[in-house]
Amino acid sequence: MTLKPFAKPLALSASLALLASAGLATIAGQAQAAGVKVGMITTLSGGGAGLGIDVRDGFMLAIKQSGRDDVEVVIEDDQRKPDVAVQLSDKMIQSDKVDVLTGIIWSNLAMAVVPAAVAQGKFYLSPNAGPSPLAGKGCHANYFNVAWQNDNLHEAAGGYASGAGHKNTFILAPNYPAGTDALAGFKRMYEGELAGEIYTKLGQTDYASEIAQIRASGADSVFFFLPGGMGISFLKQYADSGVGLPVVGPAFSFDQGILQAVGAAALGVKNTSQWNKDLDNAANKAFVDSFQAEYGRLPSLYASQGFDTANLLLSALDKAEVSDADAFRAALEAADFASTRGDFAFASNHHPIQDIYVREVIKEGDVFTNKIIGVALEDRSNAYVDDCSL
Amino acid sequence: MSFILFIEQLLNGLQFGVMLFLMAAGLTLVFGVMGLINLAHGSLYMVGAFAAAATATATGSFLLALIASLVFAAFAGVLIEVLVIRRLYARDHLDQVLATFALILIFSEGTRWLFGSFPLFLDKPDWLSGTVNLPFGIIYSRYRLAMILAGLAVAAGLFWMIARTRIGIRIRAGENDREMIAALGVNISLLHTFVFALGAALAGFAGALIGAIQSVQVGMGEPVLILAFVVIVIGGIGSIKGAFIGALLVGLTDTLGRFLLPWLFQFVMSPSSANAVGASLSSMSIYLLMAGVLLFRPKGLFGSQ
Repeated sequence: MTLKPFAKPLALSASLALLASAGLATIAGQAQAAGVKVGMITTLSGGGAGLGIDVRDGFMLAIKQSGRDDVEVVIEDDQRKPDVAVQLSDKMIQSDKVDVLTGIIWSNLAMAVVPAAVAQGKFYLSPNAGPSPLAGKGCHANYFNVAWQNDNLHEAAGGYASGAGHKNTFILAPNYPAGTDALAGFKRMYEGELAGEIYTKLGQTDYASEIAQIRASGADSVFFFLPGGMGISFLKQYADSGVGLPVVGPAFSFDQGILQAVGAAALGVKNTSQWNKDLDNAANKAFVDSFQAEYGRLPSLYASQGFDTANLLLSALDKAEVSDADAFRAALEAADFASTRGDFAFASNHHPIQDIYVREVIKEGDVFTNKIIGVALEDRSNAYVDDCSL
Repeated sequence: MSFILFIEQLLNGLQFGVMLFLMAAGLTLVFGVMGLINLAHGSLYMVGAFAAAATATATGSFLLALIASLVFAAFAGVLIEVLVIRRLYARDHLDQVLATFALILIFSEGTRWLFGSFPLFLDKPDWLSGTVNLPFGIIYSRYRLAMILAGLAVAAGLFWMIARTRIGIRIRAGENDREMIAALGVNISLLHTFVFALGAALAGFAGALIGAIQSVQVGMGEPVLILAFVVIVIGGIGSIKGAFIGALLVGLTDTLGRFLLPWLFQFVMSPSSANAVGASLSSMSIYLLMAGVLLFRPKGLFGSQ
């Protein structure tokens, strides 16, 4: 075999790089014995990528700040497809040999991955999706949700709508597990009448038909749960339609990542969230400042959830080895970490007990953002605690 | 259900149909003239929307943004036609699907690399904001009305071009017999590039118009692409008239189905299950329409062969 003149140094440096990475791998391998290997399956491409990227960035920021080099994180993109997520979790469990899984954004993906993963003895820490089956009958000792049970923010919105004097609300959500949870949650705390109730198609982008029905229904307010790009489309079209009824919604359509794309159409809208960047506690201030310094943008609630998930994991690692499952589980249950949300504890079904706030969309300089205007629900647990055998 | 609501929904269906036509026109022309299945057509729609959003942010002018969407989408069209698509005309459809699917991935990740993963802001201009009062006390969005008019104007221009101009004659000749018009001295390769750029510009224009009331984000083109394929299958592949009728049928079926089906089911079941069943069935309605049309007209409504 003859090598071209420049191919020799190339081949040499390639083999050097190989050697170096092999060396790194053994170092990581040794460290892993004492530490932990985390598999993160999240949405990093396609329409929902903004959410997964925020969760990942928040999570990795906490790992970096901890200064630990014994936490190895394997990150993969699920493309928002349940089948891809299942393949990734199989790969992570069987070939990467991860101890803990995390990262899934969407409830339909969580339903596909979580039950099988925890049944194989892995821990799953959810930074976002909290479908009701996993909080009730399908709860599991190794499944922890660090964000919320899906219904929570919608319950708060229902409570807020009643408190604000709305008596005839029109409600809509996409036709998928988190959408049905959303409307169920809203109705649980809402005392007025419903002017109408619509399930839209998941991923729908045109809401002219729904807005016309809202106009004709005689409603006095609108509640909607349309996460990501769906919410951007709805809000822009709603503002353009001249219907002009007050809007209430969960934080997902008003979070930092998408507000700039909605623009002035969202100004003044009341939305419910377990977190906001102006929450007054030391952990949150440090988080907001360091996130901005690291990534050059304001954090969203998804970023705060990723950050809290990593800190929960780190707090448990300080107390127990992940190989000792019972001790590690007890350490997770203690939730002994400084949450960006202030007070944080787990209910018996491993979902948070936390305050849920009402925020208003405002403009700070050129940037659209939220400020907290009140507490909607204090120390809210979830409706499924009694259905869970834990 | 009131008469006014029904008329408003008809307008919504018309608006949706007209925008679908802008997408489907390019797709059906490219298939008719070059025999090419172009999955990357949705990416050109996205390119138009992103070009418009970036231009509107930089200059503040919506008209400039629309022009930018036409120019950039046409440019992207020419680029991929010359670099990739041209090599696919003689290959079978599976190769075309594979290569144009790769283009989707390249466009999506390239756009993410340039603009980031978060949706961009594109708003309609002030002079198109708000509502207009139509006869019978109908209040309708001024922007959606403008979209209907713009779409109909483009459709009229396209029909005129195909029917009355020399380039239109060549396009029709190209659909009938590619080899023969090449033998008659028409530069077939230039004609192909032109048709592809025209289709790309129409898709980009639709992307910019729709981007102003929707979310400008990576991957926004693929859902519309699927609908555009349904449109050209219903209308008959290669037929501009078919694409127009098919687009209006799909637009009206989708909009009215979403609205009428849950309402109809309320007469036979409880409101909440009527909603769930109606919502599920209405998302199938356009595919049922397509199946129905294909049952009686296997080549589509205006299919030529």
